Amino acid sequence: MLTIKNLQAKIGEKQILNGINLEVKPGEVHAIMGPNGSGKSTLASVLAGREEYEVTGGEVSFEGKDLLEMAPEDRAREGVFLAFQYPVEIPGVSTINFMKTAVNQIRGYRGQPTLDAVSFLGLMKEKMKLVEIDQALLNRALNEGFSGGEKKRNEIFQMAMLEPKLAILDETDSGLDIDALKIVSNGVNKLRNKSNAVIVVTHYQRLLDYIVPDFVHVLYKGKIVKSGTKELALELEAKGYDWIKEEVSVL
Amino acid sequence: MSKDNQVLEELTSKEYEHGWTTDIETDSAPKGLNEDIIRFISAKKNEPAWLLEWRMKAYQQWTKMKEPTWANVKFPEINYQDVIYYSAPKQKVTPKNLEDVDPELIKTFEKLGISLTEQKRLTGIAVDAVIDSVSVATTFKETLGELGIIFCSFSEAVQKHPDLVKKYMGSVVPVNDNYFSALNSAVFTDGSFCYIPKGVRCPMELSTYFRINAANTGQFERTLIVADEGSYVSYLEGCTAPQRDENQLHAAVVEIYAMKDATVKYSTVQNWYPGNKEGKGGIYNFVTKRGLCYGDSSKISWTQVETGSAITWKYPSCILRGDNSMGEFYSVAVTNNYQQADTGTKMIHIGKNTKSRIVSKGISAGHSQNSYRGQVHIMKRAEGARNFSQCDSLLMGDQCGAHTFPYIDVENNTARIEHEATTSKIGEDQIFYCLQRGIDEESAVALIVNGYAKEVLNQLPMEFAVEAQKLLALTLEGSVG
Ligand SMILES: Nc1ncnc2c1ncn2[C@@H]1O[C@H](COP(=O)(O)OP(=O)(O)O)[C@@H](O)[C@H]1O
Ligand SMILES: [Mg+2]
Repeated sequence: MLTIKNLQAKIGEKQILNGINLEVKPGEVHAIMGPNGSGKSTLASVLAGREEYEVTGGEVSFEGKDLLEMAPEDRAREGVFLAFQYPVEIPGVSTINFMKTAVNQIRGYRGQPTLDAVSFLGLMKEKMKLVEIDQALLNRALNEGFSGGEKKRNEIFQMAMLEPKLAILDETDSGLDIDALKIVSNGVNKLRNKSNAVIVVTHYQRLLDYIVPDFVHVLYKGKIVKSGTKELALELEAKGYDWIKEEVSVL
Repeated sequence: MSKDNQVLEELTSKEYEHGWTTDIETDSAPKGLNEDIIRFISAKKNEPAWLLEWRMKAYQQWTKMKEPTWANVKFPEINYQDVIYYSAPKQKVTPKNLEDVDPELIKTFEKLGISLTEQKRLTGIAVDAVIDSVSVATTFKETLGELGIIFCSFSEAVQKHPDLVKKYMGSVVPVNDNYFSALNSAVFTDGSFCYIPKGVRCPMELSTYFRINAANTGQFERTLIVADEGSYVSYLEGCTAPQRDENQLHAAVVEIYAMKDATVKYSTVQNWYPGNKEGKGGIYNFVTKRGLCYGDSSKISWTQVETGSAITWKYPSCILRGDNSMGEFYSVAVTNNYQQADTGTKMIHIGKNTKSRIVSKGISAGHSQNSYRGQVHIMKRAEGARNFSQCDSLLMGDQCGAHTFPYIDVENNTARIEHEATTSKIGEDQIFYCLQRGIDEESAVALIVNGYAKEVLNQLPMEFAVEAQKLLALTLEGSVG
């Protein structure tokens, strides 16, 4: 589904990604871990098409298409979804209105007819149940005055609405208490199937107890320096990142 | 050049939609302004002597006045002798009803999305359609007449209801109030008149649609709305003009008179031609709008969506004379390219426990300048007066300007006044968030801007709100900052 080859990117004069290789197949869950500032969010942003980041080398193909050539909105319409680490506020625009616009633009891109109000509402009710979110929240201005947990839950609600092929969750667990964490993970698990894939970016292994990854990668200084299975996450939890840093400096 | 600026440079804002002209024969006065021209206008309209006298006095006063210079707008000197003060579409007969109206004119309004013939069936909005200097048609007259509501062109009101016109014209905006009101009083050619009798709730929206068509012509219309005790009316005003390289002058006067317990809601969607991307052409919109809450517990509410004009100079105001009376001003003013807007309101509290509310949302893009100018005056007698003002500015890009000039005068220390102001920018972050959900950039800007202006748009009647939303999006198309 997603093939990243030797991806390099910089912002301003600062080189952040230094040759990333990653292969994600349908049905898989990949966890990307790593210390603060290692480039996890940058990788997510580059995949989503944020223009501040300049790709300086490498290639990314998504479902056989050159992802880096696509406009950000087209990447979304092709099925790439990013749950933001810091979702922004949009005053005066409700989540419902926002999602109605998004769903219909994506449908238009795919040559499907616009959803009428009744069908949209039906879809929404179904997804609300899935991620256990209250309609009152969806009527409010997007992310305005939301608690950290509400913002993250709202991101997962949007993911449910848009049914992406590839979802990238950037630290969706940070700022969540244990109950919220369970609800969010539950939602993600329910959305998983054989034909979609998830990349979870996280700091902590506790999320991975709920969203169980097939692969765990450690990102450090803009490179994947170690890959393994979920046991690697446990090892990181026990030993911290220092041993990895040492390994890298030896190389 | 930063990316922001690049996007701005690419500013391919969609061309003004209503820039076409109608090819109709017109009956015009020669260019220029003098007593003869005023006599010409008055004669054309077959006016009574008192009105000609009124005009002459206004003209005398105007010649002694100076164009105001305090507004935050710049434009080359206007040559008032280079303007045509009267231009009317030539009609073979004076239309008594719609069947007599020139089909070309009906087509003109249809092109603007205003169907005069189908109006009755489709929308339930009564329309007075004004082209250049004269009203060409008013719909729904009979239905309204049954309730005693008078809704007609100003010229017709002069003929048929001279007592009402004589009594209320100039009672809210005196002739010499300002330079442009004096000019208008001398040369006004038509407009709308509306009277709602005691205790009547007007069952439909009343609306005037203004269209400037002829070249080199100024439009000087007057609207007078009188709401008798306990009545209610919601009034809409729309306007467009052809795309022309020279600037055209529009100097209107709107007066609202509300008696005891009466409520008047006045909504405007102003879409005059704004000039091209380099700032050439466009309408100079110098308008005096004022409402008098004469009776106790009366209420006047102004809502305006200002998207057009090269220059906007406009301060819809309320004089809160009656005790417990209330004034509201809700405004969205958008400027793009080289547009300049200096707009706001005045709330004059005279009566006890009078209340006013001001919500102003400015949006500036391109090289435009957008100013809010507001005055809240609490007079000595206004025991327990209250005002709330919220003035927000949204900037798109870094070539434009937003300015706020609030003036507050309080002569009674029981007054409570709250003023809030914010300035923000449409963030890259917000746009990217939308893009990442599959929403294209244009729609993203429209979504964000409409969200920002929501509180004001919510005040508009339904059909108008939708039109206004589209208009906001259109005005800002391409101008992401
Ligand atoms: N807009 C930016 N300007 C300058 N440096 C940035 C910017 N965004 C990220 N960085 C830098 O890039 C590095 C990687 O950041 P990020 O991808 O957010 O890391 P992570 O998500 O792994 O914590 C950090 O050193 C950060 O300071
Ligand atoms: Mg991060």
